[in-house]
Amino acid sequence: MKKMLVLSLTGLVVLGSLTGCVKIDETGETAAETAAAEEAAAADSEGASEGSAEEAAPAEEASKEGSGQVVVYNWGEYLDPEVLDMFEEETGIEVVYEEFETNEIMYPKVATGAIAYDVICPSDYMIQRMIQEDLLQEINFDNVPNIKNIDEEYMKWSEEFDPGNKYSVPYCWGTVGILYNKEMVEEPIDSWEVLWDEQYENNILMQDSVRDALMVALKLKGYSMNTTNEDEVAEATDLLIEQKPLVQAYVIDQVRDKMIGEEAAIGVIYSGEAIYTQRENENLEYVIPKEGSNLWIDSWVIPKNAANKENAEAFINFLCRPDIALMNFDYITYSTPNKAARELIEDEDIRNSTIAFPTSDMLENCETFQYLGDDVDTMYMDYWNKVKSS
Amino acid sequence: MSKKQRLLSGPYLIWTVAFIVIPLLLIVYYGLTSAEGGFTLDNIAQMGRPENLKALWLALVLSVVSTLICLVMAYPLAMILSNMKFNANSFIVMIFIIPMWMNFLLRTLAWQTLLEKNGVINMALKFLHLPTLNIINTPYAIVLGMVYNFLPFMLLPIYNVLIKIDKNVVNAARDLGANSFQTFCKITFPLSLPGVISGITMVFVPSLTTFVISDLLGGSKILLIGNVIEQKFKQGNNWNVGSGLSLVLMVFILISMAIMQKYDKDGEGAAF
Repeated sequence: MKKMLVLSLTGLVVLGSLTGCVKIDETGETAAETAAAEEAAAADSEGASEGSAEEAAPAEEASKEGSGQVVVYNWGEYLDPEVLDMFEEETGIEVVYEEFETNEIMYPKVATGAIAYDVICPSDYMIQRMIQEDLLQEINFDNVPNIKNIDEEYMKWSEEFDPGNKYSVPYCWGTVGILYNKEMVEEPIDSWEVLWDEQYENNILMQDSVRDALMVALKLKGYSMNTTNEDEVAEATDLLIEQKPLVQAYVIDQVRDKMIGEEAAIGVIYSGEAIYTQRENENLEYVIPKEGSNLWIDSWVIPKNAANKENAEAFINFLCRPDIALMNFDYITYSTPNKAARELIEDEDIRNSTIAFPTSDMLENCETFQYLGDDVDTMYMDYWNKVKSS
Repeated sequence: MSKKQRLLSGPYLIWTVAFIVIPLLLIVYYGLTSAEGGFTLDNIAQMGRPENLKALWLALVLSVVSTLICLVMAYPLAMILSNMKFNANSFIVMIFIIPMWMNFLLRTLAWQTLLEKNGVINMALKFLHLPTLNIINTPYAIVLGMVYNFLPFMLLPIYNVLIKIDKNVVNAARDLGANSFQTFCKITFPLSLPGVISGITMVFVPSLTTFVISDLLGGSKILLIGNVIEQKFKQGNNWNVGSGLSLVLMVFILISMAIMQKYDKDGEGAAF
């Protein structure tokens, strides 16, 4: 028994020295390691939700400075894959690409510093939180001259969460609204109320993310979606619990495919998906409810522990190029803040589409999420759990 | 154990310590400390919240039901297979194992496509003018997913034990006047118990802790305890509570392991 113990202790020591080696050795990079990283990257792009074991590999890679890499952490299906190839070809910088599904899933991986990403694309309120918690570093805009292509309006708007525009470069923006199937819904929809209409039982898709789901109920009640008043959140929670029997499923990325496949009549969805879904199924219509909604902006930021900051800036700069921004817009159909790219859109209907580019009176009651602090976040989360487990 | 043998167990020991013992200790550590680092039992007490108790209860019910269904389906099949004289049994066992070569997530996603309102099954039913099947996003779909994914884990241990039963024992029972039902009750079933117990554990434990199946086939509407824990880690960024809940769940797993130990002393039922 004693010997077993000694053996396991030896094992520990061996392991410890092994991991030590990885950290010390920052110079050489063997072919095997590169292959391993590529494999890991390929595995990651296959399924972001699956396991985290393989995700450790890019981190190890990233700890080697100046290895000609950029580790990108982006929303799922939020970039034309061809853009990555073009970037690699033009700059010689290898892209390690990983995806996340919600801000809340992204945050702990960055906050714990377990993985050193170089460039991330969070939303407004999450950027605000990360700035407050000193997780981001200022971008050197000398390396991002293409920032001139971004419309001033969005830079000004970004100051709400990034005062002075020091940390973020806008990538996409939009609203959250209702996508409905004209064949399955008789009357035109203009209010969140329809999500509580019993005739659509089992035909409603809700967002499976804390803030967006509660936003719907808070807005319907006429409250701010940034409320810190627990009573208001509790009321919204009751409303969502009341709605639950009517809901077919709580999903995020799947709303798109389910609506195209006519699995459901009504779905809560990001505006960027609307144009894509309409392309696939012409019966679909998108509307921003009159009670107001979430007006959001997703921007590129560079975390403090980034190993390849200059590569990250080169990557951001590349994405701000009008032709690249246009490629991404065509592929993901999320509204671009890049005015040079918008001018390049060939299809006049889309260039002037009020879904992609809503006018300011349509956004009258809309708000942008704010980071409300850890305690309020936990409160939101607890109430959301009540909805999910009811 | 000779010195050489001990040396050979080295890699396994390192593996065990690095990927089983240390992670377990980390879970215990996180589970018993607060976010600030002090000792606390609050994380474990969180299981007492009504919404968590409900998720735990639902998980227990669904996993017991799926384990029973697996047992009822697998036992007769294992008996038939073990009684086959020619080599067809290995062929049928292969048929059960081949689907496991494909990723389990993919197979569960496939069920989603099959069961959906406008899915493959309902399209076929509609074409035949039969009533449609509406079990997607209900507990029934989750049980179906569990049974489908874990059935081989029930079948193989039982089959392994059954083929090892000495035919002479069975023949002796028949020789001494027992009918086939008596032979089954007094000889075959008791002898196959180690396989049954290990099959039950191997189905029950993953069913109890699953969060993927309930997410994909339950439309995230049905929260099992696995989903609660997953949310604590992923969405809530609360590793402490997540670990605390995992510790409570581990109690159930330890109980089923203890039962298995009691009946399956020789490890006969181990399939893999």
